[in-house]
Amino acid sequence: MPQAPPQERPALHVEDVDVMYGQAVSALRSVSLTVPYGGIVTLLGANGAGKTTLLRAVSGTLRLHRGTVTAGRIRYGDTPLDGRDPVAAVRAGVVQVPEGRRVFAGLSVEENLRSGGLGLGRRAPAQVREARDRVFGLFPVLAERGRQAAGLLSGGEQQMLAIGRALMAAPRLLLLDEPSLGLAPLMVHRIAEVIREINAQGTAVLLVEQNAGMALSLADDAHVLEVGEIRLSGSADDLARTDAVRRLYLGETTEETTGGTAVGTADGTTTAPEATRPATDPTRDQGAA
Amino acid sequence: MTAFLDNTLSGLALGAVYALVALGFVVIFKASGVLNFAQGSLLLLGGYLVAVLHDDLGFAGALAVAVLATGLLAGAVDRLLLQRGGPDPAAAPVQTIVTIGVDIVLVTELSRRIGGDLLSLGDPWGDAVTEIGPVTVADSRIAAIAVSAVVIGAVFALFRFTPWGLSLRAAAEDTEAAALMGVRLSRVRMLAWCLAGALAALAAVFLAAFPAPGLERTTGQIALKAFPAAILGGMASPAGALAGSLVIGLTEAFVAGYQSDLHVLGEGVGDVAPYAVMIAVLLVRPTGLFGAKGAVRV
Ligand SMILES: Nc1ncnc2c1ncn2[C@@H]1O[C@H](COP(=O)(O)OP(=O)(O)OP(=O)(O)O)[C@@H](O)[C@H]1O
Ligand SMILES: [Mg+2]
Repeated sequence: MPQAPPQERPALHVEDVDVMYGQAVSALRSVSLTVPYGGIVTLLGANGAGKTTLLRAVSGTLRLHRGTVTAGRIRYGDTPLDGRDPVAAVRAGVVQVPEGRRVFAGLSVEENLRSGGLGLGRRAPAQVREARDRVFGLFPVLAERGRQAAGLLSGGEQQMLAIGRALMAAPRLLLLDEPSLGLAPLMVHRIAEVIREINAQGTAVLLVEQNAGMALSLADDAHVLEVGEIRLSGSADDLARTDAVRRLYLGETTEETTGGTAVGTADGTTTAPEATRPATDPTRDQGAA
Repeated sequence: MTAFLDNTLSGLALGAVYALVALGFVVIFKASGVLNFAQGSLLLLGGYLVAVLHDDLGFAGALAVAVLATGLLAGAVDRLLLQRGGPDPAAAPVQTIVTIGVDIVLVTELSRRIGGDLLSLGDPWGDAVTEIGPVTVADSRIAAIAVSAVVIGAVFALFRFTPWGLSLRAAAEDTEAAALMGVRLSRVRMLAWCLAGALAALAAVFLAAFPAPGLERTTGQIALKAFPAAILGGMASPAGALAGSLVIGLTEAFVAGYQSDLHVLGEGVGDVAPYAVMIAVLLVRPTGLFGAKGAVRV
């Protein structure tokens, strides 16, 4: 990649972040990760690991859950994001697609898309049109369903709408929270293609997933979160080859689904022992739906 | 037949004015999940301001100031009092109770000022009437219907076509998802309260105009009839509030018109009728006329 001034090619930096819910629940401890400009980074982890919490910390919605960043820093390029409201993130070019899609069911598809631009205030019509053309290019089905209530779309179509809605703000970094959740294998495959295409258009992606196969096939770098702490970090290819990830997240051996035991063996950047090609088939669904 | 037309026109005029107040309830409820029990006192404040200002500013000027001031006060109540703990709709039950406190404070002060007086608002219609075919209609009622129709239409357009309207509807569906899109909930809420206050002030004018004798300290209680209208309509639906208001207005007019035939029911059936209709409708449709399942969010 050619180099440019940092503010034009900003990266997301999460540095030693702690998050508490209320006074007592510690959800993240000393979490660090970086999403480079134009890259795809995935964050894997079981239910309750703290994946959504990290995205909330970045997007500024922790407060809606009585959570706070109690230590560390989050910034996107030169813009600090910790302790800011969601508008700050949207304006900085960081937009989150929430877990479970959360489209506005009673509003039309068209209105859902329009809502994606609300954080940016008044924009030139040409900019709005450009964003819309991009969304319709990725998801032609949304163009056909403009006037239909979003709640009447299928699950996969709703996921497309949720992503399309976020893209209407023309983000430079897209935060995706389990986009494969509850979708049929074919649709998971389709979503994976879309993520690759969005990235190819120049948008960086932080992809939170339990479907490790799909996520590792897309990402450059990967992190594994376990009970609020990053346990493994490395390139997606390397991580896909480690024993722990293969066993816990790619389901290569049977039944072991609780973490903590063998995972500690790999540290920081991982080594790749007895490497066969990782199972990158995006159809494995680990999820408790 | 004449009586029927007469009652219909009275009912429409009454319903149109209730709709102004009921829309205020609905807008606030949609934006904040709060039932605003201070709507009646805001209405009274709006009427009082017109009453004391129209000598100096003329009716139109006084009305403009009253609408603006009442709107701003409503917005301030929300922003400075209710939103102290943040715009989170989870706090709505507590905030609803706070509006009762606001209502008591405002009504007490305004009652002290108004006392037993009947204040004239200096409206241009006076007691003039117009003959439409066989019926005689007060000009103030024609104005009530016409102005309400225009204003309600404008409010619907705000809902549908402006970023504020879209923000409000999106936030009412899913607060967090709306926040993720960059909707500033606290601002959206505050503007909703401003709008509701302005609508209440406008309604005051028509409630105090002929054939009513003028503004009295109890005029604000009429807002209580817009409550069943809003609930009847589903509480979160502007169209429902309009329909509910017309139902309530017509019911009241017809019950009052045929009062003598209904005297077995006792004095004041007209006042009870809105609630009777509300309960009857809710028995059949628990979510109101236009209420979707889950539309009520408290
Ligand atoms: N609003 C909240 N208040 C208190 N604790 C919370 C809250 N939200 C999440 N938590 C706790 O924080 C931890 C991390 O939750 P989080 O939702 O971030 O996990 P996750 O990795 O996204 O899980 P999932 O895969 O199920 O979505 C969990 O222990 C959870 O119980
Ligand atoms: Mg989650």
